[in-house]
Amino acid sequence: MVRLLAAEAHEVAVPAMIDWAWLIVAVPYVSFFLIVFLGKRLPGRGHEIGIGATAISFLLSVPVFASTISALGTEGFHGFEKSIRWLQFGDNEFLELGMKIDGLTVVMLIVVTFVSLMVHIYSTGYMHGDRRYTWFYAALSLFTGSMLNLVMANNLLQLLVGWEGVGICSYFLIGHWFEERENSNAAIKAFITTRIGDVGFLFGVFVLFFAAGTFNITEITEAVEGGTIAAGVLTAAAVLLFFGAIGKSAQVPLHVWLPDAMAGPTPVSALIHAATMVVAGVYLVARMFTVFHASPVALDEVAIIGSITMLIAALLALVQDDIKRVLAYSTISQLAYMIAGLGISAYTGAVFHIWTHAWFKALLFLGAGSVIHAVHSNNMSDMGGLKDKMPITYRTYMVGGFALAGFFPLAGFFSKDEIILGAFMQARAGHGVGWFVFITMIVTAFLTACYVARMLALTFFGKPKYDTGHVHPHESPGSMTTPLILLAILSVVGGWVGLPGEPNLFANWIHFEALEHHPFNLAIAIFSMIVAIAGFLTGWTIFRGGRLKIDIVRSPFGWFYRLLENKYYLDDIYMSAIVRPIRDQISKFAYWTNQNVLDGLVNVTGMATAALGRGAYDKIDQPLIDGAVNGVAFGADVAGRGLKFWQSGNIQGYAGVLFVGIVAFVLAFIFIRI
Amino acid sequence: MDWLMEWGVTWAVFLPIVGAAILVLLPRSSEMGIKVVSLVFTGAPLLLGIMLLGPYRASGGIQFEKNIPWIPSINANYHIGVDGISMPLLLLTFLVTFLCMIYALWHLPEPHNPKVFLALCLLLETGMAGTFVALDLVLFFIFWELVLVPMYFLIGLWGGPKREYAAIKFFLYTLFGSVFMLLGFLALYFQSEPNTFDMIQLQSGGVLDISRGLANLIFFGLFLGFAIKVPMWPFHTWLPDAHTEAPTIGSVLLAAILLKMGTYGFLRISIPILPDAAMTFAPLIGALAVIAIIYGALNCLAQVDLKRMIAFSSVGHMGFVMLGIATMTDIGFNAAIYGMISHGVITGMLFFLAGSIHERYHTRDIPELGGMIHQLPMLGGLLAYSAIASLGLPGLAGFWGEVMALLAAYSPIEGLNTGTFRVFMVAGGVGTILTAGYFLWMLQRVNLGTVPAKWEGKVFEDVHPLEMASWAPLLVLILLLGVMPSIVFGVTNDSVLRLIEAIGR
Repeated sequence: MVRLLAAEAHEVAVPAMIDWAWLIVAVPYVSFFLIVFLGKRLPGRGHEIGIGATAISFLLSVPVFASTISALGTEGFHGFEKSIRWLQFGDNEFLELGMKIDGLTVVMLIVVTFVSLMVHIYSTGYMHGDRRYTWFYAALSLFTGSMLNLVMANNLLQLLVGWEGVGICSYFLIGHWFEERENSNAAIKAFITTRIGDVGFLFGVFVLFFAAGTFNITEITEAVEGGTIAAGVLTAAAVLLFFGAIGKSAQVPLHVWLPDAMAGPTPVSALIHAATMVVAGVYLVARMFTVFHASPVALDEVAIIGSITMLIAALLALVQDDIKRVLAYSTISQLAYMIAGLGISAYTGAVFHIWTHAWFKALLFLGAGSVIHAVHSNNMSDMGGLKDKMPITYRTYMVGGFALAGFFPLAGFFSKDEIILGAFMQARAGHGVGWFVFITMIVTAFLTACYVARMLALTFFGKPKYDTGHVHPHESPGSMTTPLILLAILSVVGGWVGLPGEPNLFANWIHFEALEHHPFNLAIAIFSMIVAIAGFLTGWTIFRGGRLKIDIVRSPFGWFYRLLENKYYLDDIYMSAIVRPIRDQISKFAYWTNQNVLDGLVNVTGMATAALGRGAYDKIDQPLIDGAVNGVAFGADVAGRGLKFWQSGNIQGYAGVLFVGIVAFVLAFIFIRI
Repeated sequence: MDWLMEWGVTWAVFLPIVGAAILVLLPRSSEMGIKVVSLVFTGAPLLLGIMLLGPYRASGGIQFEKNIPWIPSINANYHIGVDGISMPLLLLTFLVTFLCMIYALWHLPEPHNPKVFLALCLLLETGMAGTFVALDLVLFFIFWELVLVPMYFLIGLWGGPKREYAAIKFFLYTLFGSVFMLLGFLALYFQSEPNTFDMIQLQSGGVLDISRGLANLIFFGLFLGFAIKVPMWPFHTWLPDAHTEAPTIGSVLLAAILLKMGTYGFLRISIPILPDAAMTFAPLIGALAVIAIIYGALNCLAQVDLKRMIAFSSVGHMGFVMLGIATMTDIGFNAAIYGMISHGVITGMLFFLAGSIHERYHTRDIPELGGMIHQLPMLGGLLAYSAIASLGLPGLAGFWGEVMALLAAYSPIEGLNTGTFRVFMVAGGVGTILTAGYFLWMLQRVNLGTVPAKWEGKVFEDVHPLEMASWAPLLVLILLLGVMPSIVFGVTNDSVLRLIEAIGR
């Protein structure tokens, strides 16, 4: 049942590890069931299973990663693929259950398993004493399994299974503290909003299935490369697939769910809503990049959506009080960087940014969790001056912040630089949206450094703004700080795999054949560095005093500030133009119609014919055709079925309808025969 | 073994009615005896059904066939048989009825009369199972009508406050449809040469040679019968009333099995015998199907009664089944059968849960409930699980039927307008969003939040072992069918391909 596609075609020995790679996915799935059924009886209330399972997945991922990247040097080798037949439908159409292991997959495997492991460990401290501790770990396991399924799937339907699986886990975990209505609202919002995108994604899968005759990603890729699919079809497929990315990766206009998703526990935000699930959209575009590459229109759409999103999200990050919301908008903005990067064909840079962003954004979220744990508030207006109280959190957070701002030599610098370089090359080559994307990226880079400075200043510097009488912040336990330290290390060295080389190491792992890799450009690197420093200094100058807001509310720019504070009013518009009308008005109207029109028709017919029947019985039947055989006979027949116990006036009425109907039908038959 | 292959199906179909007869003879007071008999006489068919899976060959077409003269004067035969289209439904019937009998050990509705109640259930089972194996139109019609009577009494005697209205409406509405169905059968008989009620013969070339107009008219007659049973929009208004009023077991059987008789009728009778007329009607069926999807979902949003909401959700889910059928493709037919099975399993489960919630709270009003997961963690968890399965989450049973139906709608059979069906597909896709919306909203209001003051301090018994015993197979199937869809597709695909080939002639 196992077939091997790629490896046989090339001179690559299949390492034994690859045969067992499916365990990476299977172990967390099994862990979910074990935790659900056994977790509560264990001393750690299930976390030992979750941590163990994730550790196994990570430890399995490392050799898979190593053996795959070492094979990637071989000429013509793209990856390993294995599958079994999942189901057959139709004449010759199959759905496989399989795994595709290439550079993109193994990079994602490392990201997902490592961040998940960090979050699992961190949560033993952060979630300590939670009333649904066991369930929390069960959901984390289910999430990890689904996410790994998503990145390893060799076909689009299997990918979709993982895709929706992470969606439902996201729903569970956002709403983990569902006693508060607000939290369960956020959970529903996340699920429904992303599902809107998913429907588009699904249709995109359909388009590709009927165009290429398969769900298999490799085969679709080959069909596209072979030029057998019409350009219009590819554009449709790409645009529809991108719907899924817009929802999952929180791009405009479906980004509204992600800030609300911060209602979930902070470790969840780090894992799901920063490092892994939300990059699934980016991953999808990267995975199906052949389709996008074949459609300039789709690529431009991707680039434009990404550019708009990165800018408006970065602006929103600048005005938040809730530290998690700063990070949430920052995540949207950075995801948009990746999306736009793919749009301007900076394929390697975009995937590289998935990699670096995972480390520093997970770090920032976990750091924020540590701070929240200490001051019992999400709001930066309750923080300040934590530098000395929480030395480890502070130092690691600074690393994360600088990496996000894009300072050399931290991780974020390398990936961001590569994307900006890609945009610049596109622009210089005279590509239509190139300059637009490039300038937006520069502005966003400036804003990013600016809000990072603001966040750092308000949280760790200045005077304490929390109630010093009651709140006594102290450093978090080792279970929480250890992941911080590890992630901080990765936030520094993680980018070094992209050190200038010819080509650089990361580009060796991940590259798109048809695209040339732009060599490192010192001028662009220095320029983007200057922009970041300028942004940081600007932010620092304005906010180091501990001010939360700038005094522009009364200035000519006041309207703009209010626009930002209200999130461009998008939430209000969606709520009052879509959600409430459907949920509260259209649905009520539909039900009213059902009861009064459709069902009314049934009831009126019944009653009218009952009256007709009675009339016929009184006026015609009894006086004229005594002992008749028609209506009454039928009524009796019906009654004979046992109905007489329940006889009401209606029965004869309905029977009358029947009779009239039958007569009409018989007449119709006769008519046709003649 | 020979005996099993020759008579196994017959025994499985008629054992329940034998059980019903025995129940009639038992004294009303020996409750345990009554329950044991009903368990045995529903368990035995299930066992036979499972044993039949051994010799069953997916590629074998119609098997376990039995064809003996019955009413020679009108050439009606006792002709039964099973293929990939009926096998899953037959097994579902045996399984769900048996589970209902287990549930009956824990709870029976008022007025307490296990003897009559269970006897009616057994009678119902024979009717349902018979419908799925009959290959003769007269036989089919008898079984079809046999189903009406017990269900009528189950609703009318053991139902909620408006039971009489609901029971009569159910009975007459369905009867109304089946009269036209019968007329269609008669027309097929008189128009065929030689005159026959045999479904297989009627499908074979040359037996039925009729004009397009007449074919369409006959199809329409059958359509009325089946569409009301499904129920398709706009013939669905009997369903919410019947479900709301019916006792738990009645609702479960109604949702899990009875509705499938309608969709099955399309696949077994209308389409194979009148394929050209089916092509004519397909766009209409598709349109009504997607209207049902959207309309059902919108109505769900407006419901306050949990059971009524699930009933309206059935309208939507059966819409997906009908959409699959309307595409007239192999993918669509497979999707339809899969959808019938998954809907049977999931919605059957949801009705069990609604019943058990009602048992505890004595209300099903969604706004009155709340924080159930705190008081009844297991029951709440199962409700969440089933609701999420019902909204079509991949990995659980609800997904494949929906997604395959939409996939089929992307590319309907040649001769149908692709553009029209793509519009249907998009509408169906919107339906899945609304479906997620109303289920999650229901879960939020029933399960989540905090315990309302009204229920505070009350101690409820969480899931009883007998409840668990009757639900466990469904719960396992929900996951198993989702993870291994080949369990169903493997059985159905070959017969579907035969069907496609047959109508393509």
